[in-house]
Amino acid sequence: MTAVTARITAKKRLGDRLFSGGALAAGALILVVLAGVAIFLVAQSIPAFLIDPSEIKGSPSSFWAYVGPLVFGTIWAAALALLIAVPIALGISLFISHYAPRRLAQGLGYTIDLLAAVPSVVFGLWGAGVLAPSIQPFYAWLVDNLGWFPLFAPPVSGTGRTILTVAIVLAVMILPIITALCREVFLQTPKLHEEAALALGATRWEMIKMAVLPFGRPGIISAVMLGLGRALGETMAVAMVLSPAAVISFVLTGPQNPTTIPANIALNYPEAHGSYVNVLIATGLILFVITFAVNSLARWAVARRKEFSGAN
Amino acid sequence: MTTDTATAPRVLPNAFTTGKLPKWMPWPILAVSLAVALGGFGLLAGATGDGFNWIAGIILGVVLFVVANWVIARLVEGARQAADRLITSLVTGAFVLALIPLVWLTITVVANGLPTFLNGTFLNSSMRNVVGEGGGALHAIVGTLIITGFAALISIPVGLMTAIYLVEYGTGRLARGITFFVDVMTGIPSIVAGLATYALFALLFGDGVRMGFAGSVALSILMIPVVVRSSEEILKLVPNELREASYALGVPKWRTILKVVLPTSIAGITTGVMLSISRVIGETAPLLIVAGFTASMNYNPFTERMMSLPVFVYTQYVSPGTDAEFYIQRAWAGALTLILIVALLNAIARLVSHFFSPKLGR
Repeated sequence: MTAVTARITAKKRLGDRLFSGGALAAGALILVVLAGVAIFLVAQSIPAFLIDPSEIKGSPSSFWAYVGPLVFGTIWAAALALLIAVPIALGISLFISHYAPRRLAQGLGYTIDLLAAVPSVVFGLWGAGVLAPSIQPFYAWLVDNLGWFPLFAPPVSGTGRTILTVAIVLAVMILPIITALCREVFLQTPKLHEEAALALGATRWEMIKMAVLPFGRPGIISAVMLGLGRALGETMAVAMVLSPAAVISFVLTGPQNPTTIPANIALNYPEAHGSYVNVLIATGLILFVITFAVNSLARWAVARRKEFSGAN
Repeated sequence: MTTDTATAPRVLPNAFTTGKLPKWMPWPILAVSLAVALGGFGLLAGATGDGFNWIAGIILGVVLFVVANWVIARLVEGARQAADRLITSLVTGAFVLALIPLVWLTITVVANGLPTFLNGTFLNSSMRNVVGEGGGALHAIVGTLIITGFAALISIPVGLMTAIYLVEYGTGRLARGITFFVDVMTGIPSIVAGLATYALFALLFGDGVRMGFAGSVALSILMIPVVVRSSEEILKLVPNELREASYALGVPKWRTILKVVLPTSIAGITTGVMLSISRVIGETAPLLIVAGFTASMNYNPFTERMMSLPVFVYTQYVSPGTDAEFYIQRAWAGALTLILIVALLNAIARLVSHFFSPKLGR
């Protein structure tokens, strides 16, 4: 006898259909929005590639000559910010997950999260109005004593509003993101691995080196990538702190600093008109492509190890 | 065997503490290194007549402590313990280092913003016809509330329904795709969201369009993924037994979600929504682009430019008029207002999650 067991299905009620349809529509809407963002950006950027370069502010020789320094500045500022933020963020996450007294650890975690709650415009105000003037004497000292080193080549900036100040502010802003993710990953380390290392006579640092860091490596990489994505897209802090110029320069403390794509848009957009608007939107499209690639890479790295790391 | 070993009282070395420094050892080392460094800089200040550079003194003192701590541990305890102590001081130092900007920023915002914040006109007048002293941010506060309110009105239903789809209905490639793209959307730079919204509204209403509602749409692009992520995490925490009990009683799926799943998780969802609002309320760049800035009051989000608090701070700072100091003071007061609003939202979120979340632990 081969009785085909009929699959039991629930009765399709109107409420069910409406509800599941609504949920599906909301999910699909997100894909539509993302596609819409890409399509509108592309549509508005096309004129930028065709116009006469003399209409662009500063009259560069071509569209790409205009974009080049901006792309360089964006990546350079974000890289500097990462260089400052990543070691500190790893230290903080280890401190909260493995060093701080248990009872204090959660409260200390909240304290670092508070940094994430500060709006970026306030960071910009602080960076331009307080940090830059306070740090300028230090830059002067650096240029006087280490001026032979290409990164600190003279002359020194008189205001302190240089790319290094921007990188410090950006580093403070991306610290909480990297810290939060790394902390979660470090806390996921199997207790048995840690205890096994300690039972073999390892010191705390050796235990972390042998058990925690290898386990958390994919999580750390993706946290760093997410921080990078945030640093690349940060607008207001850069726009307010930096005194920009259209140059490609690695000097950290000089008066001529390359600016970033988002800051350039924010500074020029309110007064832009005609096809210059399209040029700015085209730079926004380039930024979108860069951050999209970085974020996809980060999410792909997390998803690959999701079952182990537990990081989102 | 000689006799004198027998007569002397034998002290057995404690195997667990020999060759180890006592636990309190880092503190005196820290005190001594700070004293040495600060004293050195004090002498230098006295000798050259310059000001006392206490920041450099503290930095040098801490560096001295890290080195001394390592050297002493290296001599007494050996290389492995010394490395352990070195890392401990570095890790603790990283944490303290991160607290410096937080404290510094809070102090400066409160100190610079409080006088203007409390001057009487800041909270109840706009910037219309104001040059120099006086004026306020009422138009910006109202604008921020309207724009963020509309953004929440768009984002919460869409985000919540998407989370429900992902947790309750979604399977297969579409659900995985949505999860991935929501994650990617979290990383869209805020200025790109603003530009894309401008491009959309320029198609609909012509070039140069500025309105408050466009700002809400731009903020929604940033807010929806945050709502989805947090609601999804919370919905996943609802125990499956509750759903199954409801199905077993013959309750349809949509009523199960509405009457069982959502009430169980409402506290967590509220917390997530509050935090997402506090994240977008401080966004400046998209509003600068699509909502513009103005000095006047505007209650209608569908026409004309609309001011918002972050844009107020920005414009006061970058384009001061004749008496620049008053513009800077207003910028700081605006920053203080913004931080107070965000802090309030965060506090409410924490309280809600503390008092209303279901007790999962036994």
